[in-house]
Amino acid sequence: MTTHTIRGEKNLQSITTAHPDGIGGSPLRPDGTLKVKGEFAYSSDLWHEDMLWGMALRAPHARARILSVDISEAVAQPGVYAVLTHEDIPGSKLYGLEVVDQPALAIDQIRYHGEAVAIVAADHPETARRALAKIKVEYEVLPPIVTEEQCLDPETHGYVHEPHEAAKYTNGAHASGNVVHSQKVVSGLGVNDEVRALADVVVVGEYEVGMQDQAFLGPESGLAVPAEDGGIDLYIATQWLHVDRQQIAPVLGLPENKVRLTLAGVGGAFGGREDLSMQIHACLLAQRTGKPVKIVYSREESFFGHVHRHPAKMRYEHGATRDGKLVYMDARIVLDGGAYASASPAVVGNASSLSVGPYEIPNVNVLAIALYSNNPSCGAMRGFGAVQACFAYESQLDKLAVELGMDPVELRQLNAVSQGSIMPTGQEIDAPAPVAELLQKVKDLPLPHPNDFQDVRGLPGALSNTSHGEGIVRGVGYAVGIKNVGFSEGFDDYSTARVRLEVIGGEPVAMVHTAMAEVGQGGVTVHGQIARTELGVERVTIQPANTEVGSAGSTSASRQTYMTGGAVKLAAEAVRNALFALGRERYGWTGNDLSLTGGKVVSATNGVLVSIADLLGDQAIDLTREHHHRPTVAFDKETGQGFGHVQYTFCAHRAVVDVDVELGLVKVVELAAAQDVGKALNPLSVVGQIQGGSTQGLGLAVMEEIITRDGKVRNPSFTDYLIPTILDTPPQPVEIMELADPNAPYGLRGVGEAPTLSSTPAIVSAIRAATGLALNRVPVRPEHLTGTGG
Amino acid sequence: MRVTFRANGRQVEADDVWEGESLLFMLRERLGLPGSKNACEQGECGSCTVYLDGATVCSCLVAAGQVQGREVRTVEGMADPDTGLDPVQQAFVDAGAVQCGFCTPGLLIQTHALLDRDPQPGDNDIREALSGNLCRCTGYEKIMDAVRLASARRCATPSEATP
Repeated sequence: MTTHTIRGEKNLQSITTAHPDGIGGSPLRPDGTLKVKGEFAYSSDLWHEDMLWGMALRAPHARARILSVDISEAVAQPGVYAVLTHEDIPGSKLYGLEVVDQPALAIDQIRYHGEAVAIVAADHPETARRALAKIKVEYEVLPPIVTEEQCLDPETHGYVHEPHEAAKYTNGAHASGNVVHSQKVVSGLGVNDEVRALADVVVVGEYEVGMQDQAFLGPESGLAVPAEDGGIDLYIATQWLHVDRQQIAPVLGLPENKVRLTLAGVGGAFGGREDLSMQIHACLLAQRTGKPVKIVYSREESFFGHVHRHPAKMRYEHGATRDGKLVYMDARIVLDGGAYASASPAVVGNASSLSVGPYEIPNVNVLAIALYSNNPSCGAMRGFGAVQACFAYESQLDKLAVELGMDPVELRQLNAVSQGSIMPTGQEIDAPAPVAELLQKVKDLPLPHPNDFQDVRGLPGALSNTSHGEGIVRGVGYAVGIKNVGFSEGFDDYSTARVRLEVIGGEPVAMVHTAMAEVGQGGVTVHGQIARTELGVERVTIQPANTEVGSAGSTSASRQTYMTGGAVKLAAEAVRNALFALGRERYGWTGNDLSLTGGKVVSATNGVLVSIADLLGDQAIDLTREHHHRPTVAFDKETGQGFGHVQYTFCAHRAVVDVDVELGLVKVVELAAAQDVGKALNPLSVVGQIQGGSTQGLGLAVMEEIITRDGKVRNPSFTDYLIPTILDTPPQPVEIMELADPNAPYGLRGVGEAPTLSSTPAIVSAIRAATGLALNRVPVRPEHLTGTGG
Repeated sequence: MRVTFRANGRQVEADDVWEGESLLFMLRERLGLPGSKNACEQGECGSCTVYLDGATVCSCLVAAGQVQGREVRTVEGMADPDTGLDPVQQAFVDAGAVQCGFCTPGLLIQTHALLDRDPQPGDNDIREALSGNLCRCTGYEKIMDAVRLASARRCATPSEATP
């Protein structure tokens, strides 16, 4: 590995902390002190002597043919080192997360507003900006394909990807027209007239979810450094180092081992860093110029630079008996995947297989599809297909409760799944599923006091001082959701961990090395706790994440504590066993009652045998293990049947809102959550995940949406795309249940995503209760509440 | 142009500053002080908040040239080299208010300023004071806890008011 003088690099090195707490405790983050001192090196903080700034020219149209690109004036600008188009790409011109369909730089056509056409490297960001302005691109603007009707009628409106191309990307699996992926789920008798006749009450609803943005605060950024061996060292904020490398290397025309990635500090992710953004561009420019290249997106560019949550249109029909038992459900879910596939196939898999929610429904018929369109590309965002479905099925349950005259919580509890229930995919829920109990927990919490209207800051409109109590109505709503953990449908998203035990300064120290992307979730804290628990040490060193160790899979799907945490556990257990073997060999121990505690080997019958330090001496035990979850299978294309998910997880919410019904303003007064986490490895972090996830659901409920018109993004800024502030966000009591999943390490359950599901429908339910309005679309905007438009 | 000012009590100088550069860019890219963060660079998120002559400002909205001869204090200048972390910094770590941490520097400065003018703020005072600082990870509950904790600790051990 070449040596670099990179400012900030010292903070990409290992962090050692000493703490007594293993799993179940809440030791503080090992990176916390660096972060509060402003010394933690985020990807945008890195600085290399002699580095250049990279920048991309983005298309101003949603669909166009590129007639010509003239870079001559841009290249001639002083301070400009390179201007590249797709013609300069040395390797493969396409890349992609699941489907290789996206050009690294546009080739002859533009498929979405903001698609990168050319890239520049210059000595200052302003030089780069001015060079971009000198590139002349001639477009033939085409009518964009943006609505469901247009997408599904390619004969009239055309194809986003020509069928022969699309068939190539997907090895012939491409569905048809502008459909990226489709999945049916049929169980019981399906849904037909005979089944419909079994229901006393039927409710039908059409629901819409707007396009949400991850809005992580640390913009896409990184530093690519050309190495002496012709390779590239990339310091990057991402969710999965190895899958980035797998996509980058072929475009650079390099073998994977010449592309080395190190995780720089990541300022949040939430799915938005699953796809590549500036990685290939920075590497191409570094390769071409022979100089380090840094790219940092502005907030505006960030809105164009990553995929978003799929907007959805959903039609749901539920039938129930008079006493409230669900008889059937029919659903059609249409997700707009935008210009490139990204994670659309997997999002469809989730949306369809989790479309019924945590309810037992004997007869089900579901179709979920994702479309190619000329809208912004959509892919992974926290909740991943389950969020959209949850808004629809929970809205339906509320509607059904009204129709039946039942309490909405009781109706849910009556139909809730529990351990042993069969999902419509045929998969048995073979771990605790305390759905009814979670609902009861949030219901039993004391309600917040009625508003005394004394402080405007607690009212809808807050500091805008729009009311002192006039027109304000309170509402309460409930919702619950089901999310899968880990990658599904036959994907073996294993994780690798290396654990080393040695004596430093007379004290045993465990070193943990993984490629896990710490994006803020606290995986590094948990890895230390696991090492302490398994090895009975206090001092733990966390190595920086890089591609020198095997893949850790993605920091997504609520999977990292389960998967990479599980790998750290396996590796630590292997180290422990090797240590015991050493002791047996040296001291002739015979019993199988050994454990490691307080830096010592302890026998249950004979007490302390020897200290780890004395046993190890100057030896080191250094072992690497892979953790694979139990295998799953792909869902049958026509019936959706199959053991498709690794684990299920559940969260319930109660929302209390005050609505200014005259102005259409909403104040969420309290957002209570209850979640089964199996085992809380770090309770402080678990609560933080639940509150953070719930707040993103709050954003989707009442404010967050990327607005497009004819495929063009209208609000790419934090001025116009609103995320919740501390004034918008209420107190959030959290109830934790810990019912162990026997299949998971320590019995734990992935935590991060489930709270993002039910928060949104609970809040909308509360707004419905306050206003009596139907509200079939999120985000709910003032005009939806005042009937003044939208 | 050349800009000379005091950063965290130290006289600093930046050369060849382009007139369009922000104070944030100059701190991060020219002076090796990347602690102030570049989350939106349009004055909406508060991640780049610094003290300028004792008042909190979004450093992305201040032109570099405007700080000529003035005093800037960033998150890197909060901890006392002798006594360690500022109580506000320590409270954010202890309360679990730091996840990805990108919003943290701005929140620390803004909280510090709040507690200087109001050592025992009520919850609505805290929310009002921090309403210009976006956080995407925590849902703000742990940030509320951190501010309450810092306030309680400061009141328990009264120290000299910070400049």
